[in-house]
Amino acid sequence: MLAYLLRRLFAAAVMLVVIVMVVFSIFFLIPKWAGVDIATSFVGKQADPAAVRAVAEKLGLDDPIYAQVWEFFKGIFVGRTYAAGGDVTNCAAPCFGYSFRSEQAIWPVLTDRFPVTLGLALGAAVLWLLFGVAAGVLSALKRGTLWDRGAMIVALAGVSLPIYFTGMLSLAVFAFGLKWINAEYVPLADSFSGWLGGMILPWITLAFLYAAMYARITRATMMEILGEDYIRTARAKGLTEQVVIRKHAMRSTMTPILTMLGMDLGALIGGAILTETTFSLPGLGQAVLNAIRNQDLPVILGVTLITSLAVLIANLVVDVLYAVIDPRVRLA
Amino acid sequence: MTESTKSGAAVGEPAAASPAPSAFLEVRDLKVHFPTDDGLVKSVDGLSFTLEKGKTLGIVGESGSGKSVTSLGIMGLHTAGQYGKRKAQISGEIWLNGTELLSADPDHVRKLRGREMSMIFQDPLSALHPYYTIGQQIVEAYRIHHDVDKKTARRRAVEMLDRVGIPQPDKRVDNYPHEFSGGMRQRAMIAMSLVNNPELLIADEPTTALDVTVQAQILDLIRDLQKEFGSAVIIITHDLGVVAELADDLLVMYGGRCVERGPAEKVFYEPRHPYTWGLLGSMPRLDRDQQERLIPVKGSPPSLINIPSGCAFNPRCPYADVPKDNVTRTVRPELTEVGSKHWAACHMSQEQRERIWTEEIAPKL
Repeated sequence: MLAYLLRRLFAAAVMLVVIVMVVFSIFFLIPKWAGVDIATSFVGKQADPAAVRAVAEKLGLDDPIYAQVWEFFKGIFVGRTYAAGGDVTNCAAPCFGYSFRSEQAIWPVLTDRFPVTLGLALGAAVLWLLFGVAAGVLSALKRGTLWDRGAMIVALAGVSLPIYFTGMLSLAVFAFGLKWINAEYVPLADSFSGWLGGMILPWITLAFLYAAMYARITRATMMEILGEDYIRTARAKGLTEQVVIRKHAMRSTMTPILTMLGMDLGALIGGAILTETTFSLPGLGQAVLNAIRNQDLPVILGVTLITSLAVLIANLVVDVLYAVIDPRVRLA
Repeated sequence: MTESTKSGAAVGEPAAASPAPSAFLEVRDLKVHFPTDDGLVKSVDGLSFTLEKGKTLGIVGESGSGKSVTSLGIMGLHTAGQYGKRKAQISGEIWLNGTELLSADPDHVRKLRGREMSMIFQDPLSALHPYYTIGQQIVEAYRIHHDVDKKTARRRAVEMLDRVGIPQPDKRVDNYPHEFSGGMRQRAMIAMSLVNNPELLIADEPTTALDVTVQAQILDLIRDLQKEFGSAVIIITHDLGVVAELADDLLVMYGGRCVERGPAEKVFYEPRHPYTWGLLGSMPRLDRDQQERLIPVKGSPPSLINIPSGCAFNPRCPYADVPKDNVTRTVRPELTEVGSKHWAACHMSQEQRERIWTEEIAPKL
């Protein structure tokens, strides 16, 4: 188990380096080969040539490629100084880049936005796991009944309806119509109940979509597992059906669900753009959307890196949980 | 057969609600039907037999003849954990030690499972839970029926693993099924099914998924354990070689019904049903001239939805055209006594069958 853990950690570290290099290449090298003046896109099209020149020098865009990568890497760990003549811009560690357009370092933007997105993703995940898995298991056990059909129709609706539709609808009904909640984002540090009020609709909306998917997967997996030989063996031992389901079938059902959870959580932490936009949540998704609108490359770059990191960590956690559940994985 | 008190004529007839039999296990007119989109699948359609403690019954037949469905029916596993609207339809009587299982409270039958009757399955890799250690699975099986702490149960698990011949049982008990070899897994499976000293052990193709070299070891093990524990054993197989050594009685199934049954040596040396001849003829033997071809049973097993009226074996029977006296073709042949405790269900007269066996079949085997 320990060996497995170390292997996974090592793989994750290697993966991290690869990700940084790939992301860096996409943002710095490909435009260079394509003959696009990156400095312009960093400053903005209306910027005067002197400013563009200064940024190019600060970023070291004329340096060899490996030097640029190295500088970027180093910045993450020890911070970085952008200098062009007497014009010096400091970026403290961890430096994920600097937006010359909005004149701010990227890292504070990320740390500012990250908790919002994390709270959204984790809260929604708790909801969709609870309701999605429960609905899936019940559907599998009551297959063909009215409950099963009803649950699967709701699930189909959940999968098909876009977030901006269900989100807008829930806002219109619960926030503006019934006025049950004040759907405005309040940081957790300011007020817990305010935060809860602002998050509850986004959670439910997001969870509805995912719960629907998880219910369908859980139902299908559960039905398959219930047909396994070892379930028959468990019954042949004289176990009650309840124990057969809880101890034997559920544990096997959890594996594909965990795999999905790892990917979904990673992707969501990288920014739930639709949900954050619909509910005006100041998270990573909104930050990246604004950055794309303003062509603020360093922000996009920073969010992309954070997203990759989130997916990486989520998958690492899932891999470890996977090994806890399935002993065969530990050998792999 | 062991049912010396019963007359042969009653066998195969629907049994009226009757008092508890004296036999340890008695199955009377068991029917297991499954409703499907294509129609009613009559997997078992009127099966009766008895089995005494300490004896072994071999149930032989092709895939789809209803062997496994019968064993799962005795264990009550068609009704346990059945989800959805389509339920298996089971009728008849299954008497185990004086209790009729089909009409008994399902929770009572559950408590008998694993303790009074237990089962060994065909493929031990898929029949053991991949996420739990061998020890955990045996301990679980023991603790359902015995109110003991985990330590005691674990000691019992190690003891059972030792008994079925697993080396270093105190270490292997903590292994997962995938860390065992095929033969070891089946030994562990046997240890698990015997951990509660069941009086009835059903082995459903226990050696089919194993190497030939391991098969004999497992069969020996089952025989030794049966002697030691004195349980009644049902061995289900499509391999006559497996039951040849083990079984006291044989029951040959075709299309969900019994076509021949009797003491093993009778069924082997004086078989009285063309299907049994076919099974014997398709069995490879080392002492036979290699130039001689095996004689397969032609055709394929009947659809269990549309079982032919009359004799189910008729479409594949090489002697279907033999002229028969006083027989209506569309009537199903019932089991009739063809020798001491030996029954067969065939439209041909006994003389015809004796003649065909001694003159045409036996010399070729």
